[in-house]
Amino acid sequence: MVNQKLNSKQLLQQLLDDHYAGALAAKDRGELIAWSTSIAPQEFCEAMGIYTVYPENHAAAIGAKKGSESLIELSESHGYSADICSYARVNMGYLELQESVAGQIPLPDLLICCNNICNTVIKWYENIARELNIPLIMFDMPFNYNYGVAKHNVEYIKGQFQDAIKKLEEITGRSFDYDRLREVMEISSQSAIWWKKAMGLAQAVPSPMNGFDIFNYMALIVCMRGKKETVELFKLVAQEHEEKIKAGLGPWKDRPEEFRIMWDGIACWTALGNTYKFLKSQGINMVGSTYPDSWSIIYDSNDIDGMARAYSSNFVNRNIDFRVDNICQIVHDFKVDGIIYHCNRSCKPQDFCQYEVQRQVEDRTGIPSVMFDGDQTDPRAFSQAQFENRVQALCEMMKAKKQSSRNGSE
Amino acid sequence: MQAFTAILNELDHVVNHPSEAVRKFKKETGREVIGCLPIYVPEEIIYAGHMLPVGIWGGQTNIVKSGAYLPGFACSIMRGIMEFAVQGTYNDLSAVICPVHCDTLKCIGENWKVAVPNVPCIGLVYPQNRKSETGIAFLTAEFQQIRSQLESLTGRPIADEDIENAIIIYNEHRKTMREFSKIARDFPVTVSPKVRHRVMKSAFFMDKAKHTMLVKALISELRSLPAEEWTGSKIVLTGIIAEPDSFLDLFTDYGIAVVGDDLAHESRQYRTDVPQDGNPLERLARRWADLEGCSLAYDPAKKRGQMIIDTVKENGADGVIVTMMKFCEPEEFDYPILKKEFEKAGVPHLYIELEQQADSVEQLRTRLQGFTEMLYRR
Ligand code: SF4
Ligand code: SF4
Repeated sequence: MVNQKLNSKQLLQQLLDDHYAGALAAKDRGELIAWSTSIAPQEFCEAMGIYTVYPENHAAAIGAKKGSESLIELSESHGYSADICSYARVNMGYLELQESVAGQIPLPDLLICCNNICNTVIKWYENIARELNIPLIMFDMPFNYNYGVAKHNVEYIKGQFQDAIKKLEEITGRSFDYDRLREVMEISSQSAIWWKKAMGLAQAVPSPMNGFDIFNYMALIVCMRGKKETVELFKLVAQEHEEKIKAGLGPWKDRPEEFRIMWDGIACWTALGNTYKFLKSQGINMVGSTYPDSWSIIYDSNDIDGMARAYSSNFVNRNIDFRVDNICQIVHDFKVDGIIYHCNRSCKPQDFCQYEVQRQVEDRTGIPSVMFDGDQTDPRAFSQAQFENRVQALCEMMKAKKQSSRNGSE
Repeated sequence: MQAFTAILNELDHVVNHPSEAVRKFKKETGREVIGCLPIYVPEEIIYAGHMLPVGIWGGQTNIVKSGAYLPGFACSIMRGIMEFAVQGTYNDLSAVICPVHCDTLKCIGENWKVAVPNVPCIGLVYPQNRKSETGIAFLTAEFQQIRSQLESLTGRPIADEDIENAIIIYNEHRKTMREFSKIARDFPVTVSPKVRHRVMKSAFFMDKAKHTMLVKALISELRSLPAEEWTGSKIVLTGIIAEPDSFLDLFTDYGIAVVGDDLAHESRQYRTDVPQDGNPLERLARRWADLEGCSLAYDPAKKRGQMIIDTVKENGADGVIVTMMKFCEPEEFDYPILKKEFEKAGVPHLYIELEQQADSVEQLRTRLQGFTEMLYRR
């Protein structure tokens, strides 16, 4: 149970360690292990008591510990193009080697894939299914080229929920526990609510949160959304943030928050420390991102329609109009001074709308922004020098804007 | 042979002047032309509405303006399409339909709405769980939306009966294209790789009933001739598209015949007919359920490799040339699996990365030469 003496970061580490160790132990006991994409409906496996691990999270951890390049090279040597998402390349390398600097994850007995983040994962998981000859449960969330989620999409997704339950019953040889599902739905919704609340406290000026911490907390909302401990952790994070706000404390002890920015896209895990340090050296705190909303998968515990809609509503599964509205809202709510767009070589669904999103957001909000080229886990596609140049340019623009608004209000 | 050449010239003309074909149709009929982005747009619905569906598959152009929408690591076919779109090449179209098969296509549809507001873009999602009844119901609903949008665009209703008829015409066209591909094997000189490609491509800009007629005439001309001897090598092509044309010219230089293909731009369109049972839109949806061996149609069993190997065997090919559309993730993910299977089955293959806008294919010469030499030694 949750030990009150730990602070949120310690507790986070403990929960993650337990999560990975638990999965390995379950594998040793001969239990089923699932691999899943990061925003898939985990409720069903959780309700069935199937240990689920998340290759994207694992790949990110490998990247952060500087172990991605060798795995990437290994998968490339088997014909994986350097152009495909580096999470997939890290993971396909791991699949072969089954060793990494970020520890081991047990090999899967079944796969859960949901394309509400991208269609890349479909191909990636197809390949794992084929290589290991294991079942794959596909949750297909049709891309919302209209603003909202259409009615026939919801029907289709609900049908898939039923098919998934049937498949899980076949795979496990056990009947599905609907009462437990309701419970898990309740917990998952609570996790999402507290996640959003805790991360939303960064709206305060100054923000109580060192923004890059979201990249750490994220691991838990990815890996353990259906567990009570997750709700507890985010309650604790919220409490810590509220205390800091009350005390008027900003993100850092050693310097004030000068600029508040939004970060669009995934972190450069392989350069997490360096990018963070540079931003901090300029007094820049990342307060906004699309992450709080990405896992705001909130629905009533008996509302399957709502659950279908929530999973389908993810940022990258939405059209440009929604994306622009969403970012403008973030800019407003988090009182953002500027935006850094990560043109992430890995993530085509994000990048190929990004130029237009940037233009429209700038038109509407008038706040400055820059874009840099990088990659989440392939260090070869990131240049610290270019990153710093772009950030400096942003700083100049933000300063000029602050200056002129000060002059204007005199 | 004269008739043969005359038909080929007609098809070639259309391939070289698609805009002219579009304008001619509009002038003669007063009706609309609808652009179909890759791949599997249900042309039957458009056809049933007495419009002309035309394929939009990029082409050679200088990438200038589309850089405002897409970074350099988008596939060249889509960068080409965006370029043409922004430059106004598609302004004669009344609408385009964009099926969002991959992450790139999702974004193309979104950018299109902004970049080319005068040509409406109609979205279409193909379900991944394409064989389940819920998937088929979903796709039927998507098709119904396409139908309604086309109806409101033109002000004319599209009758079930007309869709049924269009299905007959399209199934006949598919069958004819399969026959053409088969007979072309026996005429590797007359039906060179480039000619074969152009016959396939011309279908994108023509009334399918007419195209069927012309291709049938080509087939009967060929039937009257003795099969041609071939001492060169025979290969099967796989990938999205085998362009630019200069690439296929190299095949002729090195004595390579194309005896079959698995290209999205060519035979993948023609492998699967629309099945018989159900209402017309549902039948169209069931075609997607029946389709196999395409990187865009979800298949955890990944049957594509074996299908290509079978195509190699059935057509007496010596090997496979993989024309990889650079930056195409669906195809790039399939490749490591294909590679393994080809190696296991002892089918030689050559992997070539292509960009549609490549202004020179000279650097591919040595690779093709090396590959054919290797095939001869076997
Ligand atoms: S980084 Fe982008 S492409 Fe890769 S798995 Fe995540 S959403 Fe998909
Ligand atoms: S990435 Fe591939 S499937 Fe997608 S549009 Fe480009 S060529 Fe077509």
